Amino acid sequence: MPHVSRRTFRDSLSVALTVGAYGVAFGAAGVAAGFSVLQTSLFSLLAFTGASQFAAVGVVAAGGAGLSAVVAASLLSTRNALYSLQMAPHLQVTGWRRLVAAQITIDESTNVALAQASHGPEAIRHGFWLTGSGVFLFWNIFTVLGALGAKSLGNPAAWGLDAAVPAAFLGLLWPRLRDARVRIIAGVAAVFALVMTPLLPSGTPIIATVIVAVIAGWRE
Amino acid sequence: MNTVMTWSVLLGTSVLCYAIKLVGYLVPARWLANERLQRINSLIPVVLLSALVVAQALAMKTHIVLDHRMAGVAAAFAALMARAPFPVVVISAAVTSALVYRWH
Repeated sequence: MPHVSRRTFRDSLSVALTVGAYGVAFGAAGVAAGFSVLQTSLFSLLAFTGASQFAAVGVVAAGGAGLSAVVAASLLSTRNALYSLQMAPHLQVTGWRRLVAAQITIDESTNVALAQASHGPEAIRHGFWLTGSGVFLFWNIFTVLGALGAKSLGNPAAWGLDAAVPAAFLGLLWPRLRDARVRIIAGVAAVFALVMTPLLPSGTPIIATVIVAVIAGWRE
Repeated sequence: MNTVMTWSVLLGTSVLCYAIKLVGYLVPARWLANERLQRINSLIPVVLLSALVVAQALAMKTHIVLDHRMAGVAAAFAALMARAPFPVVVISAAVTSALVYRWH
């Protein structure tokens, strides 16, 4: 890639390494949920969207049906459609490049790319490709390490792995809670999920909370 | 839990998540430009992540169970309040949960 600015390179690499390292947590979560090391590794390779991967294995771990796991994971990834919509005019990709760009269109690649906007259109493209492929590389390596590590540990509960996953979700949620209105919406969703747990099939209360987002987002 | 189910979850999630990523590159920009759609979409991670925290910390199938997992999440909450970085949050949850699990 020609003339990548040092700044763009540094931004991309630091994000790729730190985010990629969390792949260890996903690898462990996948195995703890009952997926094989191969399946857990393929998850990161094929699905490649962190929160959704955690959601899918999390619903399975909680005893939910397969369909609930897939629906929860997919709903959680709908923001990626808006990211690809934002990136499309900057990247101007066609053919196989478009197919590759789609796979690495995630929170990190989009946000690093758009953060380079003041350095010109080249920097946006470089930020996207470097961050996306960097996270992809490290996320997959660390997933395999985490999966192998968890397999050798044995009982996930004895090592606290069953609490590490909800803790990771809380950590992902935390930065969004600065806004008071969002905090209320998050609280309502949590209570709603809790109340629905004994009433609905396992896994579906999570999906049902989308109704809270629809009601809250309907009006400004 | 069986192999058919885990493979179905893996492949179903992968196909749908990829299709969703591809959407923005294929459709005209105005299709997803609706403000209401964007507002709802920005709230979806908030409600799903909250529900996932609750489900993972307290639900066991369709029952509410207060156990070592909730102790771990409480530790994560404390770590986040103290502005701890992400790895510290996850590790403190795991250590707390493991300790409560072993001493029970």
